[in-house]
Amino acid sequence: MADARTTTNMMEKVPVPEQDPKVRAMNFDEVCLGYQEAEALAEAARCMHCKKPHCVAGCPVNIDIPSFIAAIKESDYTKAYEVISQSSSLPAICGRVCPQERQCEGKCIRGAKGDPVSIGKLERFVADWAREHGLKMKGAAQKKGKKVAVIGSGPAGLTCAGDLAKMGYDVTIFEALHKAGGVLVYGIPEFRLPKDAVVAKEIENVKALGVKIETNVIVGRSVTIEDLMTKEGFEAVFIGSGAGLPMFMDIPGEQTKGVFSANEYLTRSNLMKAFRKDYDTPIAHGSKVVVVGGGNVAMDAARTALRLGAEVHIVYRRSEAELPARAEEVHHAKEEGIQFHMLTNPVEILAGENDMVSGIRCVRMELGEPDASGRRRPVPVEGSEFEIACDTVIMALGTRPNPLISSTTEGLEVNRRHCIVADDEQGKTSLEGVFAGGDAVSGAATVILAMGAGKKAAQGIDEYLRNKG
Amino acid sequence: MYRILKAGNLSGPNYEMIVEAPRVASRCLPGQFIIVKIDEQGERIPLTITDYDREKGTIELVYQPVGLTTSRLKMLKAGDCLMDFVGPLGKPSDLCESEEPEAIEALKKKKIVFVAGGVGAAPIYPQAKWLHEHGIESDVIIGARSKDLVMLEERMKKVANVYVTTDDGSYGRSGMVTKCLEDLIAEGHSYDHCVCIGPTIMMKFLCLTTKKYKLHTIVSMNPVMVDGTGMCGACRLMVGGKVKFACVDGPEFDGHKVDFDLALKRQTLYKTQEGEAFLAWKEGKTHHGGCGECGGEQ
Repeated sequence: MADARTTTNMMEKVPVPEQDPKVRAMNFDEVCLGYQEAEALAEAARCMHCKKPHCVAGCPVNIDIPSFIAAIKESDYTKAYEVISQSSSLPAICGRVCPQERQCEGKCIRGAKGDPVSIGKLERFVADWAREHGLKMKGAAQKKGKKVAVIGSGPAGLTCAGDLAKMGYDVTIFEALHKAGGVLVYGIPEFRLPKDAVVAKEIENVKALGVKIETNVIVGRSVTIEDLMTKEGFEAVFIGSGAGLPMFMDIPGEQTKGVFSANEYLTRSNLMKAFRKDYDTPIAHGSKVVVVGGGNVAMDAARTALRLGAEVHIVYRRSEAELPARAEEVHHAKEEGIQFHMLTNPVEILAGENDMVSGIRCVRMELGEPDASGRRRPVPVEGSEFEIACDTVIMALGTRPNPLISSTTEGLEVNRRHCIVADDEQGKTSLEGVFAGGDAVSGAATVILAMGAGKKAAQGIDEYLRNKG
Repeated sequence: MYRILKAGNLSGPNYEMIVEAPRVASRCLPGQFIIVKIDEQGERIPLTITDYDREKGTIELVYQPVGLTTSRLKMLKAGDCLMDFVGPLGKPSDLCESEEPEAIEALKKKKIVFVAGGVGAAPIYPQAKWLHEHGIESDVIIGARSKDLVMLEERMKKVANVYVTTDDGSYGRSGMVTKCLEDLIAEGHSYDHCVCIGPTIMMKFLCLTTKKYKLHTIVSMNPVMVDGTGMCGACRLMVGGKVKFACVDGPEFDGHKVDFDLALKRQTLYKTQEGEAFLAWKEGKTHHGGCGECGGEQ
């Protein structure tokens, strides 16, 4: 309880209950159980309400963090939810998947001498409370009678659509897959972000604002942007199609059976629910799996393989300090027994019986001079090659934007990485009335940055349509 | 939901289905495919488009049930609905991409032969039909193991010159499609463009044959696929030494550049699991072993 805490342990955050690592390694249920009310109150009490709250500046959508924490302190969770909703359409998701240590919590003053306030866990508490109590975001009082098309129902698209609907626009989201949610549904696993309990509910909230979602429409194939604007009456378009194209290493043996992109592996498990016996889609149940990469997607793939019964190894070419994944995911992965091989890079995939993967040959790396990203460049150590025996290899090397839209939309400018060129302030592209944001513009990044871009584009679209008259 | 307007057995193991899917029908072209998912628990499987009606907004599929999903598909009747139906996917056939007069004139000068093996007749038909509607003639070889497996013969005859051949000689000419093509060439036919669609192993051997004649050959690949939009990479192939995704870069490729041996290997990846799932569905609770996989016999 808050009042029972001494000054010294005010330096420490209230620990969040989690499933035991040994138990959760065998199931797909959510790892983090979230704060109960008493825990949330105790953690909220740690916020010092700084005059200049750095946490707000650290949040890509600038949630008024001190205000929502103040509302928690007053046990007014409805108010806390309203404060968050002003800036975020998907708080239950952000509370779970944001890299808080690099954003709000990374800027928290408490972090200088102890643990920062667990802002993410508090956000999740408020969002979950709101959902359990049936709170809804406020829709538009008046309709504007103008149609806007949003391409992609991931974080960028949902945010943009939600904001536009709140302003009174008639919004339709076009989704290529059979289920709305984009990366929230195909990419992030159930044990980190429950699909029915959380994602589907957040999408229901967006729909409750009046947003229509048409699944199974691949813009660029089923319909073009030009058709949407000339034949279907949409006055503006937002492209939030993400970065869905997987990358491979281009090393020998990469086409061997048993080598998957993390996208394929995760899509089978998350979107197609291959981890469940009552679903038809198959997935490889490896006995020893090597995951290549160090981002969130690598952690997700590794922990999925673990839950499907495999012994799992992660190989990453830089050192632990450079791991791009959220600190919490790395911590959870280690707790669950995933083995990390840092400064290790694959050079060849070996095939054995039945042309299946039998191992992966790697080379040890050392860190040299800083590269363009500012991180020290890993260089191979000569003569250090060694093999890890395995039957499955999952490549989690990052993703690029899908060229399907850019290649079928005349005049839409892209850069050499196939990213759509759009301005930072409003997401304006080279085509009039066409806006873009999220991974489709930035290349693979985070849920919250995509949401931030969706938000700015909604403002840009509003301004454009108001000026257009 | 996508309503089924017509469904049933065509002949032998061949089934057809006409589905209401206006967005797909408004834009699809020969060579493209769709992905269907029957219900919540179903998997996504790619099927080629056999015909389409832009005005009615319908897509026709012709298929032979082989695995779990196609076997479940054949149980559906007119009036039933498919949960998901998405497309058109893949690039249209090179032949049917442009309706510009110059393109049509250029095609009229070409001597085109289609080689359909088994279910390959289903994706060949719309290409031959498109050419016919644009005044371009073509020859079509329909090959099948035996008479009952021959598909779409009558409809094909309305749009092209058709030669049927069966492996066992039970109908039409006798022998495989490779022999039929060589026989036609020996009989004085000459071709400068070949499109071959069928089982991977048959496309491999047909390409070996056409290489001898320096006959440019396009094949349509059918690897394992999940999303069909370039997202998963399950369908990756090596073509001319480069990695290609069949779903977005294809499904049609220069057959003389495709690494068929690799494609054949990759197709077998989920065979055991698919077989198990199929048996579990087919035999349901009556399945008590014998498949060698479930351990039920012990």
